Amino acid sequence: MIDYNSIINDKIKQIKPSGIRKFFDIASEMDNVISLSIGEPDFNTPWHVREAGIISLQQGNTKYTSNKGLTKLRHEICSFFLRKYNVSYNGDNECIVTVGGSEAIDLAMRCLINEGDEVLIPQPSFVCYDPLVRMADGIPVVVETREEDNFKLVPELLEKVITSKSRLLVLPYPNNPTGAIMEKAELEKIAEIVRKHNLFVISDEIYAELTYNNKKHISFASIEGMKERTVVVSGFSKSYSMTGWRLGYSLAPKPVTDAMVKLHQFAIMSAPTTAQYAAIEALKHGDRDIEKMRDEYDMRRRLVVRRFREMGLGCFEPEGAFYAFPCIKSTGLSSEEFCTRLLKSKSVAVVPGNAFGDSGEGFVRVSYSFSVKHIKEALNRVESFINELKEGK
Amino acid sequence: MDKILNILKENSNLSYGEIAAMINEPEDYVEKQIKQYEQDGIIRGYRAVIDYDKVKDAGATAFIELKVTPKKDTGFDEIAKQVMAFEEVENVYLMAGSFDLMVRVNGENVTEIAMFVAKRLSTLDGVLATNTHFQLRTYKESGIIIFDEEDQEDKRSIIL
Repeated sequence: MIDYNSIINDKIKQIKPSGIRKFFDIASEMDNVISLSIGEPDFNTPWHVREAGIISLQQGNTKYTSNKGLTKLRHEICSFFLRKYNVSYNGDNECIVTVGGSEAIDLAMRCLINEGDEVLIPQPSFVCYDPLVRMADGIPVVVETREEDNFKLVPELLEKVITSKSRLLVLPYPNNPTGAIMEKAELEKIAEIVRKHNLFVISDEIYAELTYNNKKHISFASIEGMKERTVVVSGFSKSYSMTGWRLGYSLAPKPVTDAMVKLHQFAIMSAPTTAQYAAIEALKHGDRDIEKMRDEYDMRRRLVVRRFREMGLGCFEPEGAFYAFPCIKSTGLSSEEFCTRLLKSKSVAVVPGNAFGDSGEGFVRVSYSFSVKHIKEALNRVESFINELKEGK
Repeated sequence: MDKILNILKENSNLSYGEIAAMINEPEDYVEKQIKQYEQDGIIRGYRAVIDYDKVKDAGATAFIELKVTPKKDTGFDEIAKQVMAFEEVENVYLMAGSFDLMVRVNGENVTEIAMFVAKRLSTLDGVLATNTHFQLRTYKESGIIIFDEEDQEDKRSIIL
């Protein structure tokens, strides 16, 4: 008998499987569950983008691309980024096309962290940062964000956890799961701290195209002096509804990009070729698709927030991504209790807030990447659940 | 097109309050607008979209191309009015191209529709020719995909 335990790497063994796995297992075994738990867009990839992928296959473009990705795509990414966020990158040596934004995050972590470096991670946030830091021999340090600050990263709470070992700051905005965004003046304050403590930044801007209330996303790299200290991570999944194509990118100063390319070429070779051709089309002719989807999300967002407030749950107004993060503390239940009971009694699935860090306790993540009809039915059920709780059933 | 119309086109059973929230306007504004649309005849009604292929005894549907002679003063309007007066006729459109009016007709069965065309439509003064196409099945109705519901299922899995 092989002792697999002795074979498997110690760091991966120490990474806990997601604590809410149990909850999802129950959900997946139930019939007729109506879900508000999904973290990807409900739209299909726009047809002209799919068609560009199909045509590339018909033309026989089925080989690896260069490690960094198609030259044309990298240049389109850079001109898109300049046009949208006013930061100029050189497509030849400051951009890598990756397998989703997540690969770019992994590359950046592994190329920037030395053993024992502390990495500052605002929470609640997407679940990948902590384990990737650990695998790169770094030490994750949580920075709490709070509802009273609209889940923005607050300078005082950031400084409180900075030590002489702090090296890297993750900026996950627009934020999954809270829907919080950071505005220019707020980013400038963070930039001061970054400069003062000589930090480097991974700015995960995958939801950049999905901001509301006419607040356009501000890239952290556009803040004065920050471009040389930042790896911007973004991609096509959320903006063009291309999750399954697995395509993202990084934008970073040349020395950092060079290091990341080294790792990328050994681990990945190159991102999917078909997806790269489709992405060129998306960047060139996809602005209207983004607008249409954003307008649709915006209507749903307002509907969801209103309904939760009417139910008597506090719900801060999310201004980015496609999630609302209502507070369920008034029910007296923990996040997991709330979600489990809602699932069992009303067959509605939402995600417990503590899945995204301890500071998410007392909240649930509600995705509005569903049709209005679907959202309405699900929220009607949530409402009757809340009413039954109030009546003490 | 106006946002309210766009929303109602997709889903007409939302409350004023829900529509107001979605477009970020006060509720009484939404109510006033919708009433105005109804008064002005812009909104003509609210109905269910039915998948007739699943309904027993739902009858038959045909699309009929009509070639007609336009009248000197009234053009196509007069003959169109005569056509739309029939209870069996569901839609009437004036078309550009090789025929003039497109008429959608519902009937109990194919024979009934055939008789309707032969005896009543084609005999109208000014009708030169008819061409009848029977509908075999519905794939999409009023923007809603009817066919192959399995394809429409949400295949996304829970990913954080």
